[in-house]
Amino acid sequence: MAETFPVDGTAKMAMGRKSATAIAVWRWAGTAALIAVAVVSPFMLSNYHVFELTQVMIYAIAVLGLNILTGYNGQISLGHGGFYAAGAYTAAILMHRYGVPYWATLLPAALVCFALGVLFGLPALRFEGPYLALVTLAMAVAMPQLLKYFDNWTGGKQGLVLVKPMPPPELGIDRDRWLYFFVLLVLLIAIRVAANLLNGRNGRAFVAIRDHPIAAAAMGINTARYKTLAFGTSTLFTGVAGALAAIVIGFVAPESFTLFLSLSFLIGSAVGGIATIGGAIVGGFFIEFVPNFANDISDAAPWAIYGLTMLLFMYVMPRGVVGTFGPWLAHALQQFGSARRAAK
Amino acid sequence: MTAKQMMVAGLCMAGLMFAGSASYAAGQYGPGVTDTEIKIGNTNPYSGPASSYGINGKVHAAYFNMINEKGGINGRKINYISRDDSYSPPKTVEQVRQLVEQDKVFLLFGTLGTPPNMAIHGYVNENKVPHLFVATGADQWNDPKHFPWTMMFLPSYGIESHIYANYILKNLPNAKIAVLYQNDDYGKDYLNGLRAGLGDKAAKMIVATQSYETTDPTVDQQVVALQGSGADVLLTAAIPKFAAQTVRKVYDIGWKPTHFLNSVGNSVGLVMKPAGLEKGVGIISATYHKDPTDPQWQNTPEYKEWLAFMNSHGFSGSITDSQAVIGYSYAQTMIEVLRMCGDNLTRENVMKQAASLHDFKLPMLLPGITLNTSPDDFDPIKQMQLEKFDGTTWQLFGDVISGSGT
Repeated sequence: MAETFPVDGTAKMAMGRKSATAIAVWRWAGTAALIAVAVVSPFMLSNYHVFELTQVMIYAIAVLGLNILTGYNGQISLGHGGFYAAGAYTAAILMHRYGVPYWATLLPAALVCFALGVLFGLPALRFEGPYLALVTLAMAVAMPQLLKYFDNWTGGKQGLVLVKPMPPPELGIDRDRWLYFFVLLVLLIAIRVAANLLNGRNGRAFVAIRDHPIAAAAMGINTARYKTLAFGTSTLFTGVAGALAAIVIGFVAPESFTLFLSLSFLIGSAVGGIATIGGAIVGGFFIEFVPNFANDISDAAPWAIYGLTMLLFMYVMPRGVVGTFGPWLAHALQQFGSARRAAK
Repeated sequence: MTAKQMMVAGLCMAGLMFAGSASYAAGQYGPGVTDTEIKIGNTNPYSGPASSYGINGKVHAAYFNMINEKGGINGRKINYISRDDSYSPPKTVEQVRQLVEQDKVFLLFGTLGTPPNMAIHGYVNENKVPHLFVATGADQWNDPKHFPWTMMFLPSYGIESHIYANYILKNLPNAKIAVLYQNDDYGKDYLNGLRAGLGDKAAKMIVATQSYETTDPTVDQQVVALQGSGADVLLTAAIPKFAAQTVRKVYDIGWKPTHFLNSVGNSVGLVMKPAGLEKGVGIISATYHKDPTDPQWQNTPEYKEWLAFMNSHGFSGSITDSQAVIGYSYAQTMIEVLRMCGDNLTRENVMKQAASLHDFKLPMLLPGITLNTSPDDFDPIKQMQLEKFDGTTWQLFGDVISGSGT
């Protein structure tokens, strides 16, 4: 959406300055158009579809978090469902036990998940690739049981029922649309923050570590610090998404956060394009709609259809939807720009 | 979503709104009902960790198909839409909203599992959608005052415990009772049901209680502590793993109480065999439906009809599965309620009829057990029969006993 280039910046460097400006203009126009569509569409859709799109945006924020870690920093996580659960329960416990208003739970959820991520990132420094994936898998597997264990806080397997937020009456919109805009706002902030982070020196450090950790260290990048930072930032985003999920669904239970959720995030991330920001939104759509689509096609074997769809996506677009079309689009715009200059 | 899709969606919505207002004008039909069709929604776990329960939804679908082939109910066919929620509460919310808002079902029926139903409890009651015969046993579902659109089906845990209390009062009036329960709502339902059943004698008769967490490795310590209290009756409200440990430990330490074991943990295969079959002899439990593996039913016409249904609908692999008996009973109750509604198929009337079941018998429930509901009582099955373990299987004994829950 906002950022469709591979972050390594070679594409940018290869372009002339003028065409880069032209592309920036096009990008701004495109982003503005997408935001306009996002703002208008809930008024043209039924409540159920608005609710579905709200879910899409929540998943997108979670996947965005995973993209920062896996796509930009090269650390694989199979445990983001666990951090999503931590965010959800932070929000739920604050709302349920302490009567904190829903909007005020996002910041605490972000902080808790950042801290958890940093703590988790420290031992993760010793692991790489598939080994790290296994360590994070432990997080996803352990989380539902931990939630049942601390049942004084979490309500155990009964879960916690939350009061659903009401829209401010003067706005005159219903709850589904209010929650949609609330989540949309958080998504836009998340994208902005992620873009700032990833396009700056932190992002370059993340990518350098991903591409060549030894070279990165030789250049003076504190790899331990940046890897931990990537972990914390990543889980912060995913935790905020979890808090939003708790608010929108109005209920949390350990069964909501199974291992499959963690896998879904990774699938969404890969399908959208792991080292992109826009890919997170595609991933959100995939997580939300493809299982339902598979169910509509075949009652008997929905997961076979799901698997096939996934294979098809990965076969046709191995770098994910945005990872494949992004550079292509940038190239097309560049051609278009130079053609116009040539015409002048 | 493309502009075209949006337009189509908008047109569909407009169409549905017109259709809705037209049928309301007739005054007879709620959403999802026409002269030829009644739409019923359901969620079941067809995938994921709880998918073995999915047989329920499949049996409902097959039963409704059979009714449709025989001409339906008052000329209306049942359009049963069952969606997979994988036992995941957020997915249940999504699927149920789709059923109610997009598919426009008349009612929800047999949605399965405690957490999934918790997640939609508020939504369905706020939107006044009948939420009939939820497939879960917790006491909280029977709360017509606060949740007038949600009705349960199975005897609640509290009712079962109440039934044990009635038996104890009658046959073991001087009992000193020890209770082992799981430390959550499910276990506490049993404890509270027992207390309610014993009434003012509860404080005197219950001499010890111990609880366990599902994360505990064993319940040995609790069992020993309960023995030390001098109790001669033990009620165990535990899931299979801990039930098996309890049965074994009680036997091994030479404690010989009259042992009541909750129906949640009385599976022969999952509890009695792992514990050691000889260690469970004499233990008492309770049930309400016919066990499909019990030879005493296998020559009855009711069993044969069920078996024929199972075999002719591709369930021949599940004829030992109690869940298939339960799913069958659910579907039959739904059909009965729709029949009672006649041509007045509004959501209000279906709740009214569901709350007016009177001595309704189901072929696969134990003889003598009937379904009864009233505007203040949304738990149809309140009777069970006790059964005793003989070292191989459970043997029914005594009469059907009623309980009233908590």
